[in-house]
Amino acid sequence: MTATPAVEIRGITKRFDDVVAVDAIDMQIANGEFFAMLGPSGCGKTTTLRMIAGLEFPTEGSLKIFGDEVGTLPPHKRPVNTVFQSYALFPHMNVLDNVAFGLRMNGVDRTTARRRASEMIALVRLSGMENRRPAQMSGGQQQRVALARALVNEPKVLLLDEPLGALDLKLRQDMQLELKELQRRLGISFVFVTHDQEEALTMSDRIAVMNDGRLLQVGTPEEIYERPANRFVADFIGTTNLLDGTVVDGSTVCLANGTRVAARSEHPAGTMVAVCLRPERARVVTAGDGTESGIGGVIDTVTYVGNARVYTVRLDWMQLRVREENRPGAAPRESGDPVSVTWDMNAVTVVTE
Amino acid sequence: MSVSEIATGDADEQHTVAAATPAFEAAAARAAARRGLFMALPAYVYLVIFFAAPFAIVVIYSFATRTRTGGISLSGWNLDSYQRLGEQIVRDVLWRSLGLAILTTLICLLVAYPFAYYMTIVSTTARNVMLVMVMIPFWTNFLVRNYAWRLLLSSGGPLSSVTEAIGLGETDLLFTKTAVVIGLVYSFLPFMILPLYASIERIDHSLIEASRDLYANGAQTFRRVVLPLSMPGVIAGSILVFVPSLGAYVTPDILGGGKEVLLGSYIVTQFGTARNFPFGASLSVVLMVVMLTATVAYFRQGGRNL
Amino acid sequence: MGVHAGVVFAFFYAPIGILIIFSFSGDRIVGQWGGFTLDWYREFWNNDQLTNSITVSLQVALIATVASVVLGTLSALALERFRFRGRRVFDALLYLPIIIPDVTMGIMMLVFFAEGIDVVDSLLGISLAKGITTITLSHIAFCISFVSVVVRARLSGMDSRLEEAAMDLYATRWQTFRYVTLPQILPGVAGGGLLALTLSLDDVVISQFTSGPGATTLPVYVFSLIRKGVTPMINSVSVVMFLASLVLIAAMLGVDRLRSTGSNVPSAVPRGDLSAEPAVGGHERGDT
Repeated sequence: MTATPAVEIRGITKRFDDVVAVDAIDMQIANGEFFAMLGPSGCGKTTTLRMIAGLEFPTEGSLKIFGDEVGTLPPHKRPVNTVFQSYALFPHMNVLDNVAFGLRMNGVDRTTARRRASEMIALVRLSGMENRRPAQMSGGQQQRVALARALVNEPKVLLLDEPLGALDLKLRQDMQLELKELQRRLGISFVFVTHDQEEALTMSDRIAVMNDGRLLQVGTPEEIYERPANRFVADFIGTTNLLDGTVVDGSTVCLANGTRVAARSEHPAGTMVAVCLRPERARVVTAGDGTESGIGGVIDTVTYVGNARVYTVRLDWMQLRVREENRPGAAPRESGDPVSVTWDMNAVTVVTE
Repeated sequence: MSVSEIATGDADEQHTVAAATPAFEAAAARAAARRGLFMALPAYVYLVIFFAAPFAIVVIYSFATRTRTGGISLSGWNLDSYQRLGEQIVRDVLWRSLGLAILTTLICLLVAYPFAYYMTIVSTTARNVMLVMVMIPFWTNFLVRNYAWRLLLSSGGPLSSVTEAIGLGETDLLFTKTAVVIGLVYSFLPFMILPLYASIERIDHSLIEASRDLYANGAQTFRRVVLPLSMPGVIAGSILVFVPSLGAYVTPDILGGGKEVLLGSYIVTQFGTARNFPFGASLSVVLMVVMLTATVAYFRQGGRNL
Repeated sequence: MGVHAGVVFAFFYAPIGILIIFSFSGDRIVGQWGGFTLDWYREFWNNDQLTNSITVSLQVALIATVASVVLGTLSALALERFRFRGRRVFDALLYLPIIIPDVTMGIMMLVFFAEGIDVVDSLLGISLAKGITTITLSHIAFCISFVSVVVRARLSGMDSRLEEAAMDLYATRWQTFRYVTLPQILPGVAGGGLLALTLSLDDVVISQFTSGPGATTLPVYVFSLIRKGVTPMINSVSVVMFLASLVLIAAMLGVDRLRSTGSNVPSAVPRGDLSAEPAVGGHERGDT
């Protein structure tokens, strides 16, 4: 990785009339990084991507690509290319002309453009399909054409707007690996927009979680999952139980019903927080066997999911979800069993709003 | 396109590359707006000169005074021409035209609805063939279509020969109100069929099945499900037939022989032999107001397939 | 309902069929069968006024079509792709010629060319006598709107991401229009053009009010003939006009097919094949 970030965003804001789509975000994307922007629809991730591409001008702020300010340049003057959602392949051109388009617009002569386009088509394993029209190809093939069309221009950064959204599950999983592999080989940054947290966790070096135009957390998949910065991130990434409460001291939180549980936090006493407990980190034990930090409840439903059982445990004031791996010989619990839910102090995170 | 490019395309080049500011964003938006205006401008200017201006002149004339020689005096503004709308002879013309237009619209609706419905239930191939068959008269020269009826209805002509042969006696429909209505229905029936077809075709078939599942019989399903859902088409088609029928000029002339004075020819007379421009203008304004009201109603319905 | 449909079709086609049959009738009285003859077609062909009016019609229609395709397409692009001041007024102004009754529009143009013409003359620096020019100007005024509506429909159905993709791939605005937008909307432009051509050739009322002694269009001339009294020659003229309409319908259906197939555009439509263009890329980038 070089010292200059591939993309450097400082205080970027985008307003559409009265709506703030992106609210003063700062972000740095290193060269050679697989970077995901993750969030629910309307969170501003696509707008941010479009601003990097030049399809949208920021209202305010600085946007640099390899140190050069580009925030006010039109798209055709930026060294980045985009793989569009649903690909935006030119329907009136064949595959070869689609892939050669950028080169031709850049003034590359026809012979060279065609040769390089063919090479790129070979790289995405579509050789022999040069003369097909996009409409004559499957979704997966179109996806590869879109990739080739962007990559043939040797962009310094590749932008991908939900590139796998239109594919079915199996194909999507294959393409995830393939994209990751391609990125590693090319060594350039991929900036990837998705609303699928699993996809983001699988593919990315780092993830930026966004909501309501604000950047909530940037970190590795592990950091995001294990140490969510706030309640929204905790809730959005994976499934989780959020138990509202107040900080008592550095290792205790008092829950809404008055139960004190062990949870480490650095917030001052009295802060309103939520204890974030992942279902697979919680355990159910038979009620009354003397475990220290347990919360008493009753098993409500039992769902068999193959490698595990998921219990919902009814507490006095809320429901908890607990996931228990299936082990040979373990006796499954049944609906109505009185239980106690426990966890290790290190297994939970304390988050604020 | 190229003009606007030359005029605004270099805006990109001029600004220095710097951090984005609200001022830059606004400038970019203004540049885009300017490009749009430049592209619209030729047609805009053209329509202002050759449509809006003539339109305005007619409206202005409706308030002017007719001089003794049949010219226009632009000094005395008044509502005299509009007051004349109350005269018996004028009211007769207006009511007659209105009645004919409404009758035409109703007949078109009654003929077109079963036809359009049938189009939605036949096979795709048959449906496409039917669409083309409806389109052909729709695109055929208007004058030819009316003239064909003139020929068909002429006294001693083909229709008369047929009715005589089957023992119904001679028919002499030409230059009657009936002939005008036939001509108008013939001219504007496709305007009714196409929007009706479009709106019936859009109805989700599972709604009809749901209605049947909920114990409605065929007639009930039609009355309570199909008909209400096809109302946009009914309204669109009715307006598309009503407006041109009200202003019809060629059909009443060819098939009515100008015997019954209708609004269209009445207006033309004011600008021709009668040389009463202000009165003709006020009649035109009345026609335009009816037309605009109907169109606004149409757009309120969310229709767009004019 | 099938029977009903059959009756409707009979209603649609019987008059036209009978018209065609009687155009070959040898009897002087219209609507009487008097043996097969081509006399009326011959008479029509030898009638100078008629053939002249055909020339006028074609001239008017061609100029009106070209002008309205250019103006209408530009206005469609402006309305679909840009926001600018006066956009809503322009939008409304574009719709009016479509919905206004023929008679009203004809009267408007009549009064305008009779009274407001001095202003236009001084604006354009030429003198407009009523004739081909005034007819053409009026036809353009209503054709623009129809072209604009058809092209707008096509544009709004086009994925705007295609244009963004082109710009992302280093195309300037002009290149984006030339290689992506234009090929995509071409069926709409062609359809709008055919519509303009048909409407212009079809028009009686507006042409009647704007034509002068020197120049009348075919429909205006035929209309005056019908008013004077029907002769069998009008049958033959009408059949020829009907056949011309059929040709236009066939062309329109052809364009429609291109429109519906969308991406699988057959070779009839220019493919925007970049490799066929001599080095446009480099050149145009230089001067933008």
